[in-house]
Amino acid sequence: MDLSTSYMGLRLRSPLVPSASPLSDSVDAIRELEDAGASAVVLYSLFEEQIRFEELELHHYMEYGAESFAEALSFFPQPEEFRKGPEEYLEHIRRAKEAVDIPVIASLNAARAGSWMEFAREFERAGADALELNVYFLPTDIEEPVREIEKTYTDIVREVTGSVEIPVAVKMHPFFTSIAHMAHDLERAGARGLALFNRFYQPDIDPENLEVFPNLKLSSPYESLLALRWIAILHGRVGCDLAATGGIHHGRDAIKLLMAGATVTHVCSALLKYGVGHLKRIEEEIATWLGENEYSELSRIIGVMSQKSCPDPKAFERANYIRTLQSYS
Amino acid sequence: MPRRTITIDGNEAAARSAYRLNEVISIYPITPSSPMGEESDEWAARHEPNIWGSVPTVVEMQSEGGASGACHGALQKGALTTTFTASQGLLLMIPNMFKIAGELTPTVFHIAARTVATHALSIFGDHSDVMAARSTGWGMLFSGSVQEVHDMAAIATAASLESRIPFLHAFDGFRTSHEVSKIELIEDDELRRLIDEQAVSAHRRRGLDPDSPCIRGTAQNPDVFFQAREACNPYYAACPGIVARVMKRFAEITGREYHLFDYVGHPEAERVVVLMGSGIETAHETVEYLAGRGERVGLLKVRLYRPWSAEDFLAALPKTVRTLAVLDRTKEPGAAGEPLYQDIAATMLEALETGAFESDRAPRVIGGRYGLSSKEFTPAMVKAVLDEAGRDQPRRHFTVGIVDDVSRTSLEVDPDFRVPVEGVVQALFYGLGADGTVGANKNSIKIIGEETDNYAQGYFVYDSKKAGAMTVSHLRFGPRPIRSTYLLDQANFVACHQEVFLELYDMLEKAAPGGVFLLNSTKSPDEVWDSLPRMHQQRIVEKKLRFHVIDAYKVAREAGMGRRINTVMQTCFFAISGVLPRDEAIAKIKQAIKKTYGMKGEAIVRQNFAAVDAALDNLHEVTVPDRVTSDRPLRPPVPENAPEFVREVTARIIEGKGDLLPVSAMPADGTFPSGTTRYEKRNIALEIPIWDPEVCIQCGKCVLICPHAAIRQKVYDPALLDKAPQGFRSVDARGKEFAGLAYTLQVAPEDCTGCALCVHFCPAKNRQEPRFKAINMEPQPAHREVERAAYDFFLSLPEYDRTKLKLTTVKGSQFIEPLFEYSGACAGCGETPYVKLVSQLFGDRAVIANATGCSSIYGGNLPTTPWTVDRDGRGPAWSNSLFEDNAEFGLGFRLTIDQLHDYAVGLCRRLADRIGQQLVDEIVSARQTTDAEIREQRRRVAALREKLAAIDDPDAARLADVANYLVRRSVWIIGGDGWAYDIGFGGLDHVLASGRDVNILVLDTEVYSNTGGQMSKASPLAAVSKFAASGKPTEKKDLGMMAMAYPDVYVAQVAMGANDVQTVKAFVEAEAHRGPSLIIAYSHCIAHGIDMSRATDLQKLAVETGEWILYRRDPARRGQGKSPLQLDCREPSRPLSDYMERETRFRMLFEADPERAKMLAELAQRAVRERWARYRHLASMDQQ
Repeated sequence: MDLSTSYMGLRLRSPLVPSASPLSDSVDAIRELEDAGASAVVLYSLFEEQIRFEELELHHYMEYGAESFAEALSFFPQPEEFRKGPEEYLEHIRRAKEAVDIPVIASLNAARAGSWMEFAREFERAGADALELNVYFLPTDIEEPVREIEKTYTDIVREVTGSVEIPVAVKMHPFFTSIAHMAHDLERAGARGLALFNRFYQPDIDPENLEVFPNLKLSSPYESLLALRWIAILHGRVGCDLAATGGIHHGRDAIKLLMAGATVTHVCSALLKYGVGHLKRIEEEIATWLGENEYSELSRIIGVMSQKSCPDPKAFERANYIRTLQSYS
Repeated sequence: MPRRTITIDGNEAAARSAYRLNEVISIYPITPSSPMGEESDEWAARHEPNIWGSVPTVVEMQSEGGASGACHGALQKGALTTTFTASQGLLLMIPNMFKIAGELTPTVFHIAARTVATHALSIFGDHSDVMAARSTGWGMLFSGSVQEVHDMAAIATAASLESRIPFLHAFDGFRTSHEVSKIELIEDDELRRLIDEQAVSAHRRRGLDPDSPCIRGTAQNPDVFFQAREACNPYYAACPGIVARVMKRFAEITGREYHLFDYVGHPEAERVVVLMGSGIETAHETVEYLAGRGERVGLLKVRLYRPWSAEDFLAALPKTVRTLAVLDRTKEPGAAGEPLYQDIAATMLEALETGAFESDRAPRVIGGRYGLSSKEFTPAMVKAVLDEAGRDQPRRHFTVGIVDDVSRTSLEVDPDFRVPVEGVVQALFYGLGADGTVGANKNSIKIIGEETDNYAQGYFVYDSKKAGAMTVSHLRFGPRPIRSTYLLDQANFVACHQEVFLELYDMLEKAAPGGVFLLNSTKSPDEVWDSLPRMHQQRIVEKKLRFHVIDAYKVAREAGMGRRINTVMQTCFFAISGVLPRDEAIAKIKQAIKKTYGMKGEAIVRQNFAAVDAALDNLHEVTVPDRVTSDRPLRPPVPENAPEFVREVTARIIEGKGDLLPVSAMPADGTFPSGTTRYEKRNIALEIPIWDPEVCIQCGKCVLICPHAAIRQKVYDPALLDKAPQGFRSVDARGKEFAGLAYTLQVAPEDCTGCALCVHFCPAKNRQEPRFKAINMEPQPAHREVERAAYDFFLSLPEYDRTKLKLTTVKGSQFIEPLFEYSGACAGCGETPYVKLVSQLFGDRAVIANATGCSSIYGGNLPTTPWTVDRDGRGPAWSNSLFEDNAEFGLGFRLTIDQLHDYAVGLCRRLADRIGQQLVDEIVSARQTTDAEIREQRRRVAALREKLAAIDDPDAARLADVANYLVRRSVWIIGGDGWAYDIGFGGLDHVLASGRDVNILVLDTEVYSNTGGQMSKASPLAAVSKFAASGKPTEKKDLGMMAMAYPDVYVAQVAMGANDVQTVKAFVEAEAHRGPSLIIAYSHCIAHGIDMSRATDLQKLAVETGEWILYRRDPARRGQGKSPLQLDCREPSRPLSDYMERETRFRMLFEADPERAKMLAELAQRAVRERWARYRHLASMDQQ
């Protein structure tokens, strides 16, 4: 069965691309992913903000208490050089490219201020085949207008896409007022791919100890429905390729998202849960399903259930949850 | 081609030469020499080669004794070997030094000469250490400046190799070792030309080699030892000539000329001052000035002190000299004179007899002491000495630099005499340790020294306290080399980086007329004038100072730099001091920032650049009114009600005027009153904890964890509240045992350091608004007055009867008054809570032996000390002997206590018929295990004393002398891991094996904290420290397990932040154990690179990850049929990485060398698993 697809001009032997996660934190692990059938790999994200914070924090604690007391004018030796975050990441890209044949997509995660362009260029120089931008910040200022917030996103994407040759995908979150419009704007800003949707750590509360703590659970297949809706709506309306991410645990989950219009399905939680070998199982399930349902190749199902092509286009725009709940009961 | 210059301190200057000329460097940290070893270690870690292309091996030993032993061994095998040390360290090397010299082995030990501890320890500089090594047979070469240090280090090495005489190369600790100065570098190629390769080869050939074996180190008998000892004489005789030849060669290579003795001054001088070390620079400056005015004075600089060359000495002296004033920077009580004086006096005598002088009268020799413990040595003092030499009947022996109103030895010094310093910019900076002032000034010196043709000098005076420490930077810049080896007495530029200093110090006293004053203040340019105390306004108006102000904290905060105002203030200095053109200076600051921080990341560079730009925008010149408007005086250093000694002596030291105290003000034997920190209200906290009685559960945890005893709790009769001041808070005490009583938790607002450990450790949250707890940090100034009155009232409330408290609980123990308070430890210190706990539980009968280290510094450094007394006048009796001998020192306490106790018992029995048999029986058989029983015994002893007063018998008087020993004493031996694991381990082991009733508390910070973070054997695997720059590759020594090898030793490992209940229990059990006890206490430390306010979280993590196992091994349990070892924590439940990633000591390796970090982290995790298995096995095995 021909499972090949394309994403931002990259020809892929299947739609199964492990997303940015600890699954790619070593070259051996990336090789394992390739062996298990990954058609490309998105490397773990470089958190630009975190790097900056860590640099400052390390500097702070190395200097803390120094030059205060005559007997202890410092507390740490000064290494000749620190391997700063980007250097290590760039080295990782280089080594990954040497180790595997599949496309390597670098991933950059940053908040509003940062050195986006510098990083992106360095990724490209290090050999990345594409770049996934993970732009996320939490606007909490009640005075800050929506338009400016959205403009920040498009400005960043424009800056990055203008500075590199390799294709750039944007990993979107679902919290825009108009996802469709935002997707369109991002495309105009130069994005060649949109990955729907980003998942975030959400804080939780410990009611007995009166504490707030970060919380991230692995995705469940149910979560893919949000992406499914928007992929279905966007397919054919925006020119860039769509990637589905979140909740793809089995072949059937992938099939549905491909039918909605995704050309790539990112996998992560399922691999963390079942192991890297699970990728092969998903691939087999896809192939089997296609065969059983008389599709000769994977490309034939892409977008067949998008809003444009499906029998009930309005179904994707229904937001009346009472009816949805009724249908659930 | 101009020579390459560099701006460095004396230690680096020595190390740069020593590192390049050696192959094995074996060291042990000791102030002020530690940086030489640390720098060598860093260079070796970077694979920097010596001049022969090999990377020296740098090894840290367990003591200086060990370092010298390793040196001896390396030398005997033919390696070029060196070490660096000072003071007690040098004394520990003396046994090996005799051997090394006796075997004619070439080497150089570089000494940052430091005071040897006598009546007190001092980390500062004089020659008492070097002079103590005179009899070892080593050559001694003295340097007086940073340039000379760099040069003499090389000259000494070359001369030693050629002469086979080992050399001490000495320079003054701190004054030279820590002075930053611009010097010319010796290039490697020049070093190669200086060193005689044949001498190197000969040294190699003498190395022990099984291919051509020999035997060295024989034992000799009366028949030949003497002759053999004399056989080395020709080598000593040849040595001065060799040194002179090397100096000549050095001059040919570098252009810098030295002689064994260098004369400066009038060619026909009649009065000549002779000295060595950094004082020669000041004397040079002064003599040059006086001679320039026609005075017939001179200076003879002694460079080669041993072997002493009388011939060269005489040759260097002008023939016209009538009086030689010889100055020694050391004291030898009881000697005919100090060493240099004696040598010169003997030289003169011999010269006279051999007819070296034309007349029959040799010059008169007078001798004086100066500069002990880095006491200032100024041109005025040099002049005073020369003036004395000019008198008809000068004092034969004198001191200069102090007022000796006891023995009348001191010379009068003209306070107004100065050597004019034309063209030199002098700048004085008052900063806080934490604000980065010193670092910024070092950076400024580098900029001026290395980027301009100017010479630059910096010297830094640090505080004796670790928290809230003030630093004073003395900077000089000028077109000529700077010889002023003394503090600034006048400054064109004065900067006050901390507003709080304004109310404490007369900082404009030294401002030169027309100079510049820069103040960091939160006040606007319009408000700042009125905020100044009267004294500063007066000085600004009278001296016509230009006054600038900046809110540096605001600028730093906005640049994301928190409270580090270094870059901001440095920019201001360059902008208004006129040292460099403003734009050029700013560009150079930015270059320096890039150079300094570039390797740490772009973010830090950007942040500092932003601070530079913002500083200029926020710097304002203040329009100075022409009259004084303030009537506010400076704050008195101590309260008026302080005891006389504190008012007359301590207060002077606090206000920085200790130099003015006369000899009569000082105790002759180093004995000082206890409990003086309470009079030094430092007000260093920006925020203090404020109590919310509604939320408080009265658990006492905050009181327990407070490192400074600055938060306390009491229960008391509510009727006493009648006299409570406004703002004093009180609630009903919780718990049946306190029914009907009131409770107060009270902060000491002026003593708190604001570390916030208490708030973080507080378990009680406000359930309506959980961001608040039972105590919450709030700005100190707003609460200072109310809380001060409240604290005074709180202290006046009676202490609760300790015999009614449950001391094995946290809550119970924390109602006891601490007898260790407001120490100078770092804010948030992890050691002091344990020390304070000892003082609470046993302080009224404790005798404490304290190893040198952090705990002896915050426990015993003047001006004020924290060990104090209770209302009955009882409290811990504390002493510090040395670093290496503390266990033995404490055992000595025990031996005396036991001896005198037995003697007292014997006397009681002897006098029983007159004392009364019943009282004697009760006294002799008293159990004294609980506080109530001890109180009862004290009552009996008081009764005994009354009876003794009426007995006319010498034995009664003898018994009265020792009756106190009938009350049980608690011996505590306290020190850090450097002492317990390394230098003092031999003694510790012996004391553990002694079976005697001593309690050993190891404050385990897992690193040498006091000397700045060097690796100890307690350092954990994978942690980065000095001497383990690439992470410690070996496991932490398991001291507890070693102690458990002795079945009768009580051993506990505790971490107060992880399990305070277990900690308190362990302390009580250890003390109750009538044999040796060892408590190993996890002590978080600033040297871990952590958020100190959250350090208790890290203690918990250390336990949860298994990095630190909590246990108690109580031999008494064996008698009860239980396992002696009980584990007080659960099996590790989290990966070790959770702990490691929170501490810079581990984290920085992941940034510097991620692969090695990962490898070591895996090893460390495995070690944790194995250790846990071992302990679990042992605990379960004992149960069977």
